[in-house]
Order: sequence, then structure tokens, then C-alpha cells
Amino acid sequence: MTGQDTDTAASTRAAGDDAGPALAINNIQVIYDEVILVLRGLSLTVPDRQIVALLGSNGAGKSTTMKAITGLLPTEHGEVTEGDIVYRGRDITRWDTADIVRAGISLVMEGRHVFEHLTVHENLMAGGFTRSGADQESVDRVYAYFPQLRERQSQRAGYLSGGEQQMLAIGRALMADPDLLMLDEPSLGLAPLLVEEIFGIIERLNSELHTTVLLVEQNARRALDIADHAYIMENGKVVLAGPAGELAENPDVKEFYLGVAESGGRRSYRDVKHHKRRKRWL
Amino acid sequence: MTTFVQLTITGLANGAVLALAALGFVLIFKATGVINFAQGDFLLVGAFAVWSFVVQVGLHWTVAVAAALVLAVVLGVLIERLVLRPMIGEDPVAVIMVTIGLAAVLQAAVQMIWGVTPRRLPEFIPHGVFRLGDVTIPQDRVFAVLIAAVVLAAFSVFFTRSRHGIAMRAVADDQQAALLQGISVRRIFAMAWALAAVSAVIGGTLLANLTGVSGTITEIGLLVFAVVIVGGLDSIPGAIVGGAIVGLLQQYTAGYIGGGLQQVVPFVVLVLILLVRPYGLFGEVRIERV
Ligand SMILES: Nc1ncnc2c1ncn2[C@@H]1O[C@H](COP(=O)(O)OP(=O)(O)OP(=O)(O)O)[C@@H](O)[C@H]1O
Ligand SMILES: [Mg+2]
Repeated sequence: MTGQDTDTAASTRAAGDDAGPALAINNIQVIYDEVILVLRGLSLTVPDRQIVALLGSNGAGKSTTMKAITGLLPTEHGEVTEGDIVYRGRDITRWDTADIVRAGISLVMEGRHVFEHLTVHENLMAGGFTRSGADQESVDRVYAYFPQLRERQSQRAGYLSGGEQQMLAIGRALMADPDLLMLDEPSLGLAPLLVEEIFGIIERLNSELHTTVLLVEQNARRALDIADHAYIMENGKVVLAGPAGELAENPDVKEFYLGVAESGGRRSYRDVKHHKRRKRWL
Repeated sequence: MTTFVQLTITGLANGAVLALAALGFVLIFKATGVINFAQGDFLLVGAFAVWSFVVQVGLHWTVAVAAALVLAVVLGVLIERLVLRPMIGEDPVAVIMVTIGLAAVLQAAVQMIWGVTPRRLPEFIPHGVFRLGDVTIPQDRVFAVLIAAVVLAAFSVFFTRSRHGIAMRAVADDQQAALLQGISVRRIFAMAWALAAVSAVIGGTLLANLTGVSGTITEIGLLVFAVVIVGGLDSIPGAIVGGAIVGLLQQYTAGYIGGGLQQVVPFVVLVLILLVRPYGLFGEVRIERV
């Protein structure tokens, strides 16, 4: 929509030095198929250079929030009907996805979505599409974070393991040199050791490249560990927010998201789920 | 032996042209998911455009082909913009009907502009023969194969090395993910139609050079389906191999059996191949992972 050129990513980054947040979502309402109301006045803020976690149970609307930010809703007959999304002072609510990416936001989608029939290297080249100078240097940087990918660079992405695909999806997003990296459940379906590795890399990206991170997770424990700030969503809006450390100590969060009962004992997921059906946030 | 060599050369030449026509079809299907029934008519428009630029406008053939390529790009982009884009998200059958309608419109337009009289393209590919012992090989066939080979090679370099070529394959794989890399899917769709039209101009010109400029060129359209179904709807190497198979089969049948069977045999083989390989020889079987 608004014609953005490649320079703007660099200039917004420079503008990021002022005190304003990287991203601010103000009271958005999202409706799919003109009738299905999914986000009901959701607001959240991602401060510059921080890691913000967005937690919530299945169907809370986390992925919808990611799609709203990146302008993907129209591809699913969805629409932001109220509120606005402001990225570094600019209202991006109805921008085209391509312009949003050029402005510096990258999303690693839930379920990885690598280009299955392209090789690992070609996936990375596609990730660098917005930067005509997406060169060997950027590719090498990705391989430095994910050495396994270098060994598989000429393999088709569809035949990688789930963990390798997740690494490729993150590496591909890094190729655009994002200023705000958003990850939708990057630990989904991965073995504990791999989850550790992925979370470690997200922390490194934040500290080494100064990338601002918005992290959607079901794995609340690990997410609260690395996040500065966290939001908890239920039913399309934020029900709890605060510094990650504080939320991790909150008894309700412990019970519902960390699987720890007030008594301190571990409860089975089944109990939690059962309980959750009776008691909803707010 | 002589007959065999000559049939082979002719078959490969026809196959090369078929491969070019099929390439356009595969491009559109792969990138946009549309089955373009108007691909044969693209060949026709391409051939008439070149003829018109050479004979009616009086351009040198190199300039004429260049002008026709520009026209093809414009036409391809316009068709995508005005005809196909409004159909995004509609029932695939409706989209197919639209491309069939497009085919009819293009044919009618060609008849209105250039009439129905078959034309001859002035020779710009050498029409002599190469002699190898007692085998004579028509030079225009050899050139047709060479030109098609160069164009097909250029396309495959484009798809594996260039930024937009890789983007186009990315769109074919996963549109949402492609959007998230900053790729404009709409622009890629337009580019697919433009490139399909470009390959059709080259294919149509080569064909016109072998058979003359007339409505029979669209009949090739039917063979294009045999080619892409043999090769796989979404495979570029498949288009090349499929083109060669169909071209050769036709010539061998015509030469050794005759009786018009060449119109039938490619389709019989098609059915046999589909029985064994439902996705065609090179078609992408969905990768079952994730
Ligand atoms: N394209 C769509 N069309 C209609 N409804 C949708 C669509 N996408 C999501 N929804 C609905 O919106 C609600 C929120 O879905 P969303 O995917 O955003 O949840 P989520 O928090 O990401 O869940 P999960 O943890 O399972 O990934 C769900 O009830 C879902 O059924
Ligand atoms: Mg989700």
C-alpha cells in the first residue's frame, strides 16, 4: 500500500534510539470471515531491544495476533476492524506484508513453513529477498548460529528433521536482518535438548544483534526464563501482563501455565486442562 | 537408418517447441495454481505478432522478435491483472472456465486482426540441409532445437540462481511464507504470466518457422497437455523430457505406422504413463514430513 523502499528499514532502526517502543498494539479487534470475532480489544507493547513473551492456551488468538501484525489476515479472510498497530511511530495496520517486512519485522510462523522443494541455501536466499545485497556475509552469519544448516545447504528443506526445519525457518528470517523478530511457538514438537538450543539462540540474537523479540510460546516456563516482559492472553485479549519474573511467581500463572499447584506439587496436564474449563481468566 | 535419423531430428525439433510451450504452462501452474487452457493461443498470438512486425511493419526479424517479446510481457501482465487476479480464491473449475474463455477471445482477436489466411514467416532461420553421408538434416530443425535448448537453459538458470526465480519457486511452495519474506505474490503472479507469454512467443515463432503461421498452431495446445501430463504439471525438467517424448513418438508413429495414428499414440502413451506414475514422470509428489 504505502510504497516503502529498502532504505526505510535502516532509517527506522536509527530512529529506534529514541525512547518509544518498537511495537505497540492498541485495542485491536480481528474478525475472520466477517463474523468470527477472534481478537477483542487486544493491546500490547514491545519495548525496543527487549524479549517479550506472549503466552496463552490453544485458540487464545496468539497466531492471529502475529498475522495481524504482519498483514497476513487478508490471506485468510480476516481483518483488523478496530484499533491500530504502530511500529516505530508508524501506523502499519493496513500495510502490505512485503512493506511490513521491508520496514524491519520478520515472523517465523507456527509450523515452520520452510519452502519444502527449495534447498536450504535457496530458502536462505528467499529470506534475503528484500535485501538485494543479501550476500555471502548474511548467509555465513546464519550458518554461524546454525552450523548444522551449513552441512545441509544443498539438501531440500522438506527432507530436514523438524529441528533443522525450525532452525532454517529462523535462519531464513534472519536473512532479512530484522529489527523485530517474532517467533510463533518455535519449540513446538521439538525434543527438550533442541528446545534449549533454540531458546539459547533467541537469547543470543537479542544480546548480540540487538534484535527485539516477540515470542509466542506454550512452553511458558522457558519463555518466562528468557523474556523481559510477558503477556498472557485468553479469548482474544490480554488478561495478565508484567515483568516476566513477576509473572513466573504469580500463583495463577503457576497453576495454569507452569503446571504447578499452589501446594507446589506438579499437576498433570489433564488436571490443569479440566480445571481451566471451569475457571477462565477474568 | 536414414528415415530414423530424419524422424528423430524432426521429432526433437517439434519436441523442443512443445517443451517451450509446456514450460509456460508449467510456470503458470506452479506459481499460481492456474491450469491455463490458453497456452496454445499464446503461441498463436506470438507467431502472428512476429509475422506482423516482420511483414507488415517491415522490421528486421531480430527487432521484430524483441518487439513481440515486449508485447508478450505486456499482454501477460494485463491478462493476469484484469482476468486472473479477480478470480483469486475462486473455485478452480471457474478459473479453468475463465482460461478457456480467454483462449476463445485470443483466437477471435487473432482472426479479427490478421484474418484466417495462413501466412508464411520469411525465412530467418537457415532453410538449407546438412548432409551426413546419405542422411540429410534440415537446418531449420537443428536451429529450432538449439534455440529451444538455449532458452530452456536460460530459464533454468533463472529459477535456480536469480533472486526473482527463487522467489517464484518460493511462492509456488508456500504463499504465506513467501509473503513473509517480503515477496510480493501479486508481482510474482504477473511475472509468471509474462514469462509464460515470453516462452510462447519464442515457441510460436519457432513453430511458425516450421509449419507456417496459421490457426493450426493452437492445435499444438492439445499436445501441450500431453507433454505436461507426461512430464508432470509442475516440473520444468518434466516439460523438456515430456516435449521430447511426445515429439519423437509422433514422428516415429507417423513415419513407421502412419495412417494418422500419430494423433492418437501420444495420448495412449500418456494414459499408460499415468497408470504407472500418477504425478507424471517428474511431478512433485508432496513431501510427507513436518
Ligand atoms: N483463518 C481463520 N478463519 C477462521 N477462524 C480462525 C482462523 N484462524 C484462526 N481462527 C480461530 O481463531 C481462534 C484463535 O486462533 P489462533 O490460531 O490465533 O490461536 P492460537 O492462540 O495461536 O492457538 P494455538 O496455541 O493452538 O496455536 C481460534 O478459535 C481459531 O479457530
Ligand atoms: Mg497458534
